[in-house]
Order: sequence, then C-alpha cells, then structure tokens
Amino acid sequence: MPDWWFSNAVVVGLLASCGALAVYVRRNRLWSEAAAGLWRRRPLAILVVVFYASVALADSIFWIGGVDAGDDVVKQHEALSLVDRAFLGTSEASYSAPFADVEFYGGAPLQQQGLHPFGTDILGRDVLYLVLKGARVALLIGGVTSAIAIPLALLFGVAAGYFGGRIDDGVFFLISTLSAIPGLLLLIALIMVLGQSTLSVCLALAVTSWVGFCRVARGETLKLRELEFVQAARALGVSEPQIILRHILPNLAHLIVITYVLLFSGLVLSEAVLSWLGIGIQGSWGQMIVQASDEISREPVVWWNIGAAGAALFGLILAVNFVGDAVRDVLDPRTLREEA
Amino acid sequence: MLAYVLRRLAYGVVVVFGVLGLLFVLFFAVTDPDDIARQSLGERVPPDVIEAWKADHGYDRPLWPWQDWDDNQLFAHYSAMLRFDFGRRDSDDTKISDRLLDGMGPSLSLTVPLFVLGLVIGIPLALVVAFFRETYIDRLGVLLCVLAMSVSILLYIVGAQYLIAKLLRWFPISGFDPDPSVIVRFLALPILVGVVAGFGGEVRFYRTIFVEEGSRDYVRTARAKGAGEPRIMRAHVLRNAWIPILTQVVLSIPFLFTGSLLLESFFGIPGLGSLTVDAIRGNDFSTLRTMVYIGALLFVLGQILTDLCYALVDPRVRLE
Repeated sequence: MPDWWFSNAVVVGLLASCGALAVYVRRNRLWSEAAAGLWRRRPLAILVVVFYASVALADSIFWIGGVDAGDDVVKQHEALSLVDRAFLGTSEASYSAPFADVEFYGGAPLQQQGLHPFGTDILGRDVLYLVLKGARVALLIGGVTSAIAIPLALLFGVAAGYFGGRIDDGVFFLISTLSAIPGLLLLIALIMVLGQSTLSVCLALAVTSWVGFCRVARGETLKLRELEFVQAARALGVSEPQIILRHILPNLAHLIVITYVLLFSGLVLSEAVLSWLGIGIQGSWGQMIVQASDEISREPVVWWNIGAAGAALFGLILAVNFVGDAVRDVLDPRTLREEA
Repeated sequence: MLAYVLRRLAYGVVVVFGVLGLLFVLFFAVTDPDDIARQSLGERVPPDVIEAWKADHGYDRPLWPWQDWDDNQLFAHYSAMLRFDFGRRDSDDTKISDRLLDGMGPSLSLTVPLFVLGLVIGIPLALVVAFFRETYIDRLGVLLCVLAMSVSILLYIVGAQYLIAKLLRWFPISGFDPDPSVIVRFLALPILVGVVAGFGGEVRFYRTIFVEEGSRDYVRTARAKGAGEPRIMRAHVLRNAWIPILTQVVLSIPFLFTGSLLLESFFGIPGLGSLTVDAIRGNDFSTLRTMVYIGALLFVLGQILTDLCYALVDPRVRLE
C-alpha cells in the first residue's frame, strides 16, 4: 500500500470521527452547552484554529496524476496534495521579495511577477506554500503526540488510582523518576537513541509529556472511586472493567479535553527548539525559522522568510492558547463555581 | 521531623537510582557502542581502531551483571555516577568534571540575574494585575501575557540579536568575557531576552495564585469587616500566596546551575548549557548522560528542599 493512500485513509477516518463527535456533542446536553459556551467566548480563535486545521487537511489529501507538470517526470509520478497542486509551478530561481517583479539579488525578471505574497526562499520556493505546508506538520506534532501521551497517561493514572497498592507504588515511582529528569534533556536523549523521524520525535515528546496528566488522572480517580455512585455500582456487582469504563472514564473526559488543548501549544513550541538543535521534524515552522535566522544577516536583509514562519507559528499558538483558556473556563467545575 | 527528612532522602535516592537505570538502558543497552566510536573517530576507520577505542572507554565489557558479575557496564555505570566520576568526553577525551566546573561560573552569571529579575519584575506586576482583577487593566495584562507566551523563544533571540545588537549596536551580538568590567555588556542582551521570554508565563502564574487566594472566604470576611483593598492585598492575599510562590521558586533554584541551553548557545556563553548543546550536536553521549544525571540529582534535591521550606513557612503543614 503506498504512503499517500494511507494518508488519505487517515483523512477519511479523521473526518468520519469528527462527524461522529459532532453528532455526539449535539445529542449530549453537557457537551453541547460546553461547545456553545466555547463558541460564545472565543469565536475568532476557534475560526483561526479551524482554518489551520483545514489547511492541514487539504495538505493531507494526496493522489497521483491529473496535473500539468510539463516535462517534470518526478512531479508526474509523485502523489501531490491539494496544497501542492495549488502551488504547482510557482518556483523561481532564487530569492524574491514579497510582491516583487524581479529577483531580489541580481534583478532578473521573475516568472510569476507580483504573485508571491510572502516572497520566495533561497531555492526559489514560494514562502506562502512552505508556510501552508507547515500547518500539517504542526498539527501532526500536536495530534500524534497527544494520541500517544493521553492514552498512556490514562492507562497508568487510572490503574494507579483505582487499584492502589503495589500498582500505585510502581506508577508513582515511574512518574517521579521521569519527572526528575529535565524535560528537554530527556527529549533529546530519546531522539538521539530512537533515531530521527516524525514518529520518533512524537514518541519522545509523548514520553516526556504524559507524566503531568498521569498525575492528574491518578488523583482524580482516587477521588472518584470513593464517591457514592461508584460504591453503589460496586455493591450492585458491576465488574471492575465496567466500573472504570462507564463510571470513571466519563468523569475524566473534561480533563482529557483540557489537557489536550493545553498540551498542544507546548508541544509545537518544543518542536521549534528541537529544530534548532537539528533534531526537529522536516518541513516544520521551527525548521523554517532556524534556516531563515541565518538569512537576516544578509545584506540587504531577507526578512520575509522568518517573518512568515514566525507569524504562522505565533498565530496558531495564540489561537490555541485562547481556546485552551476558554475550554478550561467552560469545562473546569472549579472555575464554574467561581462564576456562579 | 528528622524521620521525615530521612525518609524523604531515602526516596530521593531511590528515584536517582531509577534515573540511572533509565540512562543505562538508553545509552548503553539501546545504543550501539560502535556508533559512539564512529562519532568520535570518524566514519572511515579500521575495525581494530574502533575496538581499541571501545576498550579504552570501557564500552567493550559485558552489559549486565548476569553475564559477568565482577566486570560489567551496569555496575561500573552506577558506581562511577554515584562517585561523581564522570570520565572523559566521548568527543575529545577531556575530563567531563573539569568542563563542568569551568562552565558553572558563566552559567550562574547568566541564570542568577535572570532568576532574580524575573521575581522582582514578575511578582509586583502580577500583584498589580490581580489588584485590578476583572477590570480592563486585568484583561489587558492577561492579554499581554498570552501574547508574550505565544512567541517562540527562537524568535525572541533572533529578533533581539538583529534589532538591538545589529541595527542599534547597543550590545555585542554574542560572546563572553568573565572580566567584571565588561561582563555586563555581554550578559545584558541574553538577560533581557530571557526576562521578556519568561515574563508572560510567570506573571500569569503568579496572577492565578493571587486571584485564587483573593477569592477565599477569609478575604471576603476581611472585605466585609471594612479592610481596605490595599491592606487586604498586603496583609492577607500576599502573605498566604507566598507559600505556593516559594514552592515554585525553591524548586527552580537547582536548575540555575545547569544554565540555559538556548540563551547560552545563541549568545556564545561558555556555560553548561553550551556544553550540553555541543554534546547534542556532536552526539557526545557521555557528556549528555552526565548532564541528565546532574539535572535529575538537582531536581530531587530541589524537591526535598521545597518540602522542608513548605513546613517552615506554613504552620499548618506538619512533617510526619
């Protein structure tokens, strides 16, 4: 099965689960009220996040053929995404400033005059195109990492909190050991050992970021298992996996959502630092910033590269931070009580 | 009290043993020593040179005690680390402990002023913002914090180097000189960047503590009996908020020793942060595992200190 086929299957799966989630949220009063509250608080930030997500999605839908690639044989037989197709043939020979008609150094006329809103980079690639492609990488970092870290944290945290005893001691030892190691150093050590690929970077980020939520999940489970409805379920003879699935996990759901959103911006920012150390993910905004940071020492200065990547990163992080605060306000019962 | 301290220390030792075990798995069991040798010697070297290098650095011995009880890498790793005998760097064979001692001074000269300035600027600002909570001043303050937190530290560093050092020429772009008369010129820019990059998160963190403390019942009572807002802030909120702030502060003191990876490396300060970055860039595993070990050791120490300080400051906490 070729790579691009897998990516399309993931997109279909994602869209289907988004649809299912939307139906569920709509039917469930608690979640639909929370969603409405979220929309009321931060409509702009949500729209920005949705915009980034749809760019990333458009860049994840691939197929081969159907392009006018001229005599470029590689392009003809390569799976191209929607974003790739939109920017086909926008390459220049070298740097061009935003909306310029001629090359930045030398002044040769461009093929696409005035059509590069963010200019082009040293290889003549359109910066807007690179920035849009970075959205997919950023969402991949946040999404894949959380998809590893949160289930891991739930598994250990709920088991430790619910069963206690030896399991709790073991998990607690694991948590305190992992959190004793400075996060960035552990991250680097893991990537150096695991090798450098998108998946291993995400895996390393997950290993260093699950501990915090594990602690929260453990504490919350510890509290929940003593509550009356859990004791009643136990008295009725409900089996332990059933109690965890039906009574404990649904009561942790709001924490999962809050953690997910708050984790996200930290992960994307960490990837930027990793890029600077040379162990980031190919095509991320972090890598663009690192590569472009040499360019501002050129004379005259090439500023649009780092500016565009930095602005894209800043926009996503800012929107996610705003959404994260709103999610916490809406879902955390502690802040709800303060307002009432 | 003594029993508590002893038990806390004992658990700290257990955690340090766990960290060492993890390091062993990562750096000895999973990593191929041939790769480490090649990183140091170069790609194209004859196998007997690699074998000699491995024997010289102790990578040729059996890994686990059940293979050879008297001479194995696991026990050697534990005993060397616990004796603070870090050996030589994989890359250039200098002693790691010498490099650590050399790097500590420059690191501390950057991190201590950064830490103090962060507190001196962050706490009063947070207090002001919390004093005006639920007004436009508070909204603006929180907005500025979120804006400042959303910028990648890389952008702060690159922006400051370009704007302040290159265009305005106020300070050198990078470099370091321990001579007290010029050290300030080299440290000013990294400290400025560090303060600006950190203030958003810090102010918001302290503000949350103040606002949370300010919504307690006893504060409402104080307000009901007619105490003025400044007095409430000073005598009630601030005094109780010191406890969580102190926890945070004491916990971060040990990390002053390990320096700052990004700031030191970008601004050319030859501290422990730069040492670590060089180790990462050069795949120098022995230096990297030493830095991880020291970081973990300092963290455990900081946690024990925090717990003790907690008991000293908060009369409600009893150590048993």
